[in-house]
Amino acid sequence: MNSPSTRSSRPAPVSLGPPDPTLPLLEVDGLATHFLTERGMVKAVDGVTFSLRPGQTLGVVGESGSGKTILARSIMGLLPPRNVTRTGTVRFAGHDLTAMSERELAHVRGREIAMIFQDPMTSLNPVLRVGRQITESVRHHLGMSAKAARAWGTELLDMVGIPAPGLRMDDYPHELSGGMRQRVTIAIALACEPKLIIADEPTTALDVTVQAQILDLLQELQASQGMALILVTHDLGVVAGRTDDIAVMYAGKIVEHAPTPALFAQMRHPYTEALLRSIPKLDDASHTRLETIPGRPPDLVAPPPGCRFAPRCMLVQDRCRTELPELTAGGGSGHRYRCFYPVGTEIGEAARARNEAGATPAAASASTASAPRSSMASRVSTASESDGSRGH
Amino acid sequence: MPVPQQPDLTALPSSSSAQRAAAVLVGSGTSGATVDDGQVLRRRLPLSFWISAVFLAIIVLAAVTADWLPFVDPVEDYDPQALAAGPSGEHLFGTTSNGNDVLSIVVQGARTSLIVGLFAVALGFFFGGLLGLVAGYFRGWFDTVISAVIDILLAFPALVLALAIVSFKGPSLTVVTITLGILAIPAVARVARAATLQYASREFVLAARTLGASHKRVIFREVLPNVVIPMAAVSLVAVAVVMVAESGLAFLGAGVPADTPSWGSLMKLGQGQLDKGAAHICLFPAAALFITVYSLNTIGDTLRQRFDVGRGVL
Repeated sequence: MNSPSTRSSRPAPVSLGPPDPTLPLLEVDGLATHFLTERGMVKAVDGVTFSLRPGQTLGVVGESGSGKTILARSIMGLLPPRNVTRTGTVRFAGHDLTAMSERELAHVRGREIAMIFQDPMTSLNPVLRVGRQITESVRHHLGMSAKAARAWGTELLDMVGIPAPGLRMDDYPHELSGGMRQRVTIAIALACEPKLIIADEPTTALDVTVQAQILDLLQELQASQGMALILVTHDLGVVAGRTDDIAVMYAGKIVEHAPTPALFAQMRHPYTEALLRSIPKLDDASHTRLETIPGRPPDLVAPPPGCRFAPRCMLVQDRCRTELPELTAGGGSGHRYRCFYPVGTEIGEAARARNEAGATPAAASASTASAPRSSMASRVSTASESDGSRGH
Repeated sequence: MPVPQQPDLTALPSSSSAQRAAAVLVGSGTSGATVDDGQVLRRRLPLSFWISAVFLAIIVLAAVTADWLPFVDPVEDYDPQALAAGPSGEHLFGTTSNGNDVLSIVVQGARTSLIVGLFAVALGFFFGGLLGLVAGYFRGWFDTVISAVIDILLAFPALVLALAIVSFKGPSLTVVTITLGILAIPAVARVARAATLQYASREFVLAARTLGASHKRVIFREVLPNVVIPMAAVSLVAVAVVMVAESGLAFLGAGVPADTPSWGSLMKLGQGQLDKGAAHICLFPAAALFITVYSLNTIGDTLRQRFDVGRGVL
């Protein structure tokens, strides 16, 4: 990878000016995206609030259908044209994206905020050469000449670790391997040197061996370019050693949001705990039964009246079924969670004990899922150690 | 779950040695024969494609160079010594009942057919493609309207519509071309719309939008390059259909004006001679039409299959 000083063909500085490191780069406030369907209103994203500083990395974690992808697209303002309502505000570097016209937004997309998708095979145009796809946005946004854009594109390919970048510029996507293709989509996202990259499950479609490389590459580039990064994934392990903050989403709402070390040191929401439990451990004996979260994600047309997670929760109490907990701060260092009986607190553990004693029928069917606390701790340390050893 | 760090794949040995390793693996699994490194799979185009291409090339070349070739004028020159005479050394394709040279008319008729075929389909390609792209990309009420119009136009008997327009506007090369062009629009539009529907929902369209591309830019720079392939395949077949329609109109006397040589009017001329031992007047233009249409269909089919396979690989 080139050092910044040797770069010959960087794009010209962008319009909104350099971000003020003390101000938030992205402020999402009460963002809600609802789809009108034949069955009723689907609340895919339901009141999400968070902010991101320049250069900060946020992991958004949740299972399929939790609204992570719709959240990413809502931030970009790229939702289907019909039967969708988006409320709340998204402020980027002080500008309200939700109030911008399509024309104004077109200058923000790609230039200030870029996106990386899950499957590089479908997110690259099959009939256009790689070089054209990389240079498209700098030619369009920054008016770079064909020659300068090609030089910059070659440099970008080199930056994302593609050998013989000059030759690869003339390849079609199908001539590259899956990992190479994802590197190309990263190069495309980087082309205008955006201040924020949203990566939506960037490694889910890739081989396990390539996944780590791509994540490392993203992390490296994010650090060297000073970009902010939102890493959307279903895998807590992916974000464990790579993000500053983690937001856990469930049924369209953030249920726990904390700095990564604080979250792994003490997860408060039973859903976060259950997510971590469902990751298989390396030191488990073979044929150990994989732990799962009982039940299914709620129907987003008619979510449960109280806490969205209540029907699947190990710690559930009567109050949880009727009353929706707010996202409240607790434990300092910006740790926020949406739970009446947080894991690891006195009332939470008392609730768990009550349920395990058989007081609540919901817990009885899934009593096998409650592992001893000690194994939790070992799991967290395994995750952070293996990430620390990556060292950059 | 974090995965252990793997060596960077880009540091692996060059692809040629990897290929050799793969080849050896395959070879040892089957017969143990070594596979040559430089060997590549070459898919050959079928013989029928080349025969068609040669036929088409001859007809196009003849039509283009007709003025410089030593042909007699198909209208002005006539041979009073040979009326409706069969093929001979002097008149290779024989003569008409008026003594005109059939070969000259067939060659000049090829020019008429090709001009009408190409320009009419160009019209259909442009307007049909545009309508199909816009309808398939934006959906909504515009799509509903366009689709309904397409269905109506396709359901309407094309030749009757063409006859009506030509007899109303008067026969001329331009009127025939525009009429058949209008009839080509719905066919191309339908193909373009179907292909656009398929590609507009692909992620690369969304990816282009996240990069700040406008709808117009996405349609023409991202979707169109994908849609143009099926459009081109259907257009080659459309050229053949339009040429048949042009001949049909001329045969019915509603085609190009009488003084413009055309396969259809030549066939009409020969129709009266069919039972008088002068079948060649009909036969040669019919054969020319058959060969041209067959060649266009074969080439269109071959190219379409080739592109389908190519896309399967993607």
